[in-house]
Amino acid sequence: MKTKIWITGLAMATAMSVTAPVMAEGDVYIPMPVYRVGPYATGGTGYFGGIIDYYTLMNMKEGGVGGMNIIWNECETNYNDQKGVECYHRQKEFQGKQALFFDPLSVGISTSLVAQGRKDKIAIIAVNHGRTEGQRGDVFPYYFMPGINTYDEHSIITAYIGQLEGGMENLAGKKIVLLFHGSTYGREAVEFTHMLCEKHGCSSEAIEVPHPGNEQTSQWLKIRRSKPDYVVLRGWGVMNPVAMQTGVRMGFPISNLIGNIWSNDDGDVKPAGSSANGYQAITTHPTGRVAKVIDEIVANLYEQGKGDLEDKSRIGSNYWNLGVMAGVIHLEAVRVAQARFGADVNSAQVRWGFENLNLDTARLTELGANGLVPEIKTNCMDHVGGHQAKFMRWVYAETKWEVASDWIDGDVELSQAIIDAKAENAIANEGITPRDCNDPAQRDDFEV
Amino acid sequence: MDFDWVFFIELIVGGLMSGVMYSLVAIGFVLIYKSSGIFNFAQGTMLLFAALTFVKLTEGSVNFWVALAVTMATMVVFGILVERFMMRPLANQSLLSLFMATVGLAILIEGMSQYIWDSAIHGLQLADFLDLALLDPVNMTVFVVDYIDWLDILISKFDVFATIVAGTMILVLAVFFQKTRTGMSLRAVSDDHLAAMAVGIPLSRVWALVWAVTGIIALIAGLLWAERVSVSFTLVEAVLKALPVILIGGLTSIPGAIVGGLIIGVGEKMGEIYLGDLMGVQGIETWFSYFIALVFLLFKPSGLFGLKAIERV
Repeated sequence: MKTKIWITGLAMATAMSVTAPVMAEGDVYIPMPVYRVGPYATGGTGYFGGIIDYYTLMNMKEGGVGGMNIIWNECETNYNDQKGVECYHRQKEFQGKQALFFDPLSVGISTSLVAQGRKDKIAIIAVNHGRTEGQRGDVFPYYFMPGINTYDEHSIITAYIGQLEGGMENLAGKKIVLLFHGSTYGREAVEFTHMLCEKHGCSSEAIEVPHPGNEQTSQWLKIRRSKPDYVVLRGWGVMNPVAMQTGVRMGFPISNLIGNIWSNDDGDVKPAGSSANGYQAITTHPTGRVAKVIDEIVANLYEQGKGDLEDKSRIGSNYWNLGVMAGVIHLEAVRVAQARFGADVNSAQVRWGFENLNLDTARLTELGANGLVPEIKTNCMDHVGGHQAKFMRWVYAETKWEVASDWIDGDVELSQAIIDAKAENAIANEGITPRDCNDPAQRDDFEV
Repeated sequence: MDFDWVFFIELIVGGLMSGVMYSLVAIGFVLIYKSSGIFNFAQGTMLLFAALTFVKLTEGSVNFWVALAVTMATMVVFGILVERFMMRPLANQSLLSLFMATVGLAILIEGMSQYIWDSAIHGLQLADFLDLALLDPVNMTVFVVDYIDWLDILISKFDVFATIVAGTMILVLAVFFQKTRTGMSLRAVSDDHLAAMAVGIPLSRVWALVWAVTGIIALIAGLLWAERVSVSFTLVEAVLKALPVILIGGLTSIPGAIVGGLIIGVGEKMGEIYLGDLMGVQGIETWFSYFIALVFLLFKPSGLFGLKAIERV
């Protein structure tokens, strides 16, 4: 019995010594709330794999960020809100170092942490998604959604459908169905989809797919009954290939099924096989080895057997590229903060960094990320900063996406009204005192 | 607004086809219960493991038939291991202990599947391997050719294929249970395993056999589910729909599993579309199938085809 205890203890000690990173003087700490298992692991392994690969590259190439070595520590959230919040509390401090920010890639988790992040002065990051009124930095100073928000996304999709129809005026009389994931994330777009159709004269219907979305016969029968011209897919994980397969099985033309930003991964279309041929989806970041930074990751990590992805064929895939994009944005925010406050920055100072991003073409070229990361310029009133996207089309025979459109701008004017209304609602109901972004003192106060 | 009869018929047909998929899983539950009195909670994960093993082998360029044979062999070995390391040590324990052991087995298989293979979503296109007209790949430009366009009612060819497979499997199982010596041994063990042992039926061998057969059924069901909804870990949740199916059909009846599956398939679709519209809500089919099962239980506590438990007190 004693021997067994010793062996178990030794095994545990060995495992802990192998997996737990150790902080040292001159390190910065970033939590890594991954989801490597469960139904949404395709997104989680790709996204967090991309971030880890970029951080590793920066540690190798530049000794970290601003000369500070980057340390991260993983916590498995399973894409579960409760587990994600637990991970935040477990990870907001590590070996005496405060986390610089928290990026869980989950609307549910990030939304649950809006108030807590502000209390702890830790920015909550939601790249290309999130609680849309969080764009208003005066109301939500510790919440950032760099790239596009939900409303940008759906107004861009509507604009693209307009292009397919030969002009926005031709949307009148058309019918658009929003097929959405039964979650906080999925429901976020329902109201705005109806608003967009009201503006453009089309009719709209929202159909919910219960989590996890691997049985959609009822939903596609409803769609068949409604006879829409287009179906906008706001899916996640297994819901995406099942939507393509079931839709085609029900006789819906796949080219009229338009995917949102979380329905555009190789891992979404490949399982659907030939059913996915011609499927179109929005993107902020092209897939493939489209930027210098990706070539560097391949040369310095994967060719040396150090990359995070187990399956090398996923290099350049949508979620992995999004992860690299997120890594670039993360560390640029740290650099912006370091430029003002010095190398050893805290989380409130990094928050200021996220609020003052200026990733223009020149800067992206310097970072080797031009072609991968869209231009993003944030400020006190705009925590999104991008507001544009392209479309791509899946070519089954060649197992790749092809670019289907140029950059299309979001309908910021329409979305601003609903964002402002929701922000005012939050001010009234959540006891928030907004900052005055026109006041330089308040705008530049990093410790809001 | 006039009632849309064409849509109504399509709804029924779609529900029946979904029901067939649930029945395929329910048969596995029934088989284990009939032979050992155990409710095998691991049935869903066995299905996932079988489908994932097959898909990963074919993705690794292993020939279809070789992959099928290897996966079948894996499931047979799995059955033997379950008998040796789970059933045999727990042979004299209560049924609740055995049930809890299958819960543990389910968690173990799920974890091991992710460890051995991965947790990504995988597709399976049987048409890539089988030269069957019913599995023709979809022609995107004229998609209607892939469907039976009868009276303007849409029926998926794949669903017809799944129904044929399910029907064949039921016939084979019926012959196996009723006409073969091994099948009768299984039934004898199910009725009274002590009496069966007394007349010389080798209990261990019979249990190993039934777990192996269940593994093969899990593979067949897994391949059809994979073709229909891809292979991912959410399959485990999807096949839990088999629970209301066996509540309705009875735990001991294979025909019950079929009828129960069809009732649940049609019932949940009708609930989602018509009741959902009436109540102004969506996504009710996830719980509505259990509601249907509970209503049935009120009137037929042992299911439509289940044996009534009669005990001398």
